[in-house]
Amino acid sequence: MASKAASTENTAMSANQAPKLNYLNNGHSLKSWLLTTDHKRIAMLYLISVTTFFFIGGFFAMLIRLELLTPQGDLMQADTYNKVFTMHGMTMVFFFLIPVVPAVLGNFLVPLMIGAKDLAFPRINLLSWYLYIIAGTLFLHCMLIGGVDTGWTFYTPYSTVGSNTNVIEAGLAVFIAGFSSIFTGLNFIVTIHRMRAPGLTWDRLPLFIWANYATSLIMILGTPVVAITIVLVAVERLFHLGIFDPALGGDPLLFQHLFWFYSHPAVYIMILPSMGVVSELITCFSRKRIFGYKFIALSSIAIAVIGFLVWAHHMFVAGISLYAAMIFSFLTFFVGVPSAVKVFNWTATLYKSSITYATPMLYAFGFIGLFTIGGLTGLFLATLGIDVHVTDTYFVVAHFHYVMVGGVLMGFLGGMHFWWPKISGRMYPEGWARLSALLVFVGFNLTFFPQFILGYVGMPRRYWQYPPEFQVLNVLSTAGASVLAVGYLLPMIYFLWSLKYGPIASDNPWNAAGLEWKTTSPPPTFNFDETPVVTWEAYNYDEIPDVPLEAPVAR
Amino acid sequence: MPDSQMTTSQATTGSVTTMEHEAHNPALLHHFSDAQQQKNAASLGMWLFLVTEIMFFGGMFCAYLVYRLAHFNAFAAASQQLSIKMGAFNTAVLIVSSVTVVLAVKAAEVGKRKLLVGYLVVTVLLGLTFLVVKGFEYNEKFERHHVPGATFKFTDTFDDNGKQIPVNPKEAELFFSIYFVMTGMHALHMIIGCGLFSVLAILSWKGHYTPGYFTPIENAGLYWHLVDIIWIYLFPLLYLISRHS
Repeated sequence: MASKAASTENTAMSANQAPKLNYLNNGHSLKSWLLTTDHKRIAMLYLISVTTFFFIGGFFAMLIRLELLTPQGDLMQADTYNKVFTMHGMTMVFFFLIPVVPAVLGNFLVPLMIGAKDLAFPRINLLSWYLYIIAGTLFLHCMLIGGVDTGWTFYTPYSTVGSNTNVIEAGLAVFIAGFSSIFTGLNFIVTIHRMRAPGLTWDRLPLFIWANYATSLIMILGTPVVAITIVLVAVERLFHLGIFDPALGGDPLLFQHLFWFYSHPAVYIMILPSMGVVSELITCFSRKRIFGYKFIALSSIAIAVIGFLVWAHHMFVAGISLYAAMIFSFLTFFVGVPSAVKVFNWTATLYKSSITYATPMLYAFGFIGLFTIGGLTGLFLATLGIDVHVTDTYFVVAHFHYVMVGGVLMGFLGGMHFWWPKISGRMYPEGWARLSALLVFVGFNLTFFPQFILGYVGMPRRYWQYPPEFQVLNVLSTAGASVLAVGYLLPMIYFLWSLKYGPIASDNPWNAAGLEWKTTSPPPTFNFDETPVVTWEAYNYDEIPDVPLEAPVAR
Repeated sequence: MPDSQMTTSQATTGSVTTMEHEAHNPALLHHFSDAQQQKNAASLGMWLFLVTEIMFFGGMFCAYLVYRLAHFNAFAAASQQLSIKMGAFNTAVLIVSSVTVVLAVKAAEVGKRKLLVGYLVVTVLLGLTFLVVKGFEYNEKFERHHVPGATFKFTDTFDDNGKQIPVNPKEAELFFSIYFVMTGMHALHMIIGCGLFSVLAILSWKGHYTPGYFTPIENAGLYWHLVDIIWIYLFPLLYLISRHS
């Protein structure tokens, strides 16, 4: 099949000829999609499914914001509200944020970027998507039969003896989704180790690959621990064991330790791949080799390693010893260092470079700003004294949404715009895209910045009503969420539109470095007609003509 | 790691006789450039999977450690209610089964098909023996009300030497909770292993594996060794607490 796809390397006008055989038109039946082992098709399956879950999670988010529009609990009862924020959190964390960048962009790009024909284990890759779908279906079923109300964290003993909702089914869904994530991580590590094109040494790898490698390490080291933790919660609930129940001799703090041992590193599963995306965007749209390549690459690994040593900062007020808290506080400051290394290196790359303000770059700028705010407020929370003041308030909510939504989603959308020509073979409409980038940025800040203030003045999280003096800020937040929703709907609409009506994209519309741009758009099923041989360093923009072909405006 | 590298290098030398396979090795998947790359990828993938298994059991070992430190007397008293003979017998069974797995891999490497099938079958039988003995042990727990839950009773507060240990039954119940979760999870892995080797035995009988390609045998062997090693830790940790006289 691969041999039929004619080589169109370096022919920007290939689009005007008869359509080439590529991964999209190589088979049109439903079976050819559902039983595919092509990493690019699996990435598309993931794209459709995570987008679905994003809108489900977003629906719950809108319910939360509508309820909080007024101080009274007028839209729903307290119990319903508990379920709504739980299902918002679980959907977004386990079914959107964790898979979104690795399983969509990572799946699509890792083999392309390293010059491989596919991931090392294509069938395991497909299996991981099916596990995700099974888990997602279970979770949807769990929602429809009444949902779950433990919060996404499953804290014991409430989840094992207190709650009378469908904890076990939700737990099973998360357990299965975890294996989907483990298989993705395992596949990436083996692929990056064993499948690199000749000449593509570790210090020539794109930073997106380094980021996904670090992410995969966390996936395979952390996810099994949360899996067994959830198994323990389930058997405790089923058989009335006392593993985490203090009434039966167990220790609920042990649950929190085990849970956060995964779930803190999990936030790096979410943010690291987006950081990798931003590294690609920044260097391409400033037409300059990235500043401090090795530092950025190794900072990803450092984040993965140190990220495993900070979990107890979620437990400062839960009853751990002061000495333990001090050590975890210090380590939490320490994990800020590699993140800061990235931010400084990105800004240093921008310095005296030729910046083009294309849509992906707008998202990259958005990422840097919002992630910096999210990261710095993380340092507030790492400070023991301030943490006592703002624990379980909206300050925490605002902090992690700045990292998760401001960071991960900005990176994902930036990456989607950047690689959309490669994925679909079409250009998206630049004007609409810039508008949506602006809406997302404005809407995001309007939604979550008031929550920092709300939290600081004392509004607790997870309550369905609040004192009237908090209303103004809550109204602002809900208004922002509406703008944000439009900002997220727009790209979905124009991406779908561009599939049919978008201008045909050339093989390398941004004049970008990187192997994925050296094959056709969209790529053939086996990616490259001939395995590329790499003789250059990553991001050799000093050797590439300096104007992105699709540059929207003069600089 | 070292033993996988060793077998890898042996496989390379062994494949000299199968030069005709290099061109059209039916087991070579399209996206690998050669059989060696495919083998290395599968091997690394298996090792990474074993890492996830270690982390999976690690969570339970962590819980065990925390509670053993917190409730040592209860753990010692409850541990001494386990049958040390059955535990030791099962340990021996598993160690022997690891030997037969190694011999099976060796037989695959040198292309002795019947020997390979024989060792695989013996491995499955040893695995089943382990499970049957485990079943008798579980049965005894049910009979003596040592299964956590509403019917749990714990009155055996004397140690091996007849010395009385003050024990809170709730804490002993916690020991048995952990005992059942850990050995149950281990038994589940044994069942999966037995199924795996049964399939491999059938495929080997049909001649799917040659000296040029027997990666599944090797990887299933790695899995079996891991499950074995976990038991080697479970046995002393669960059965042998404070057994010294």
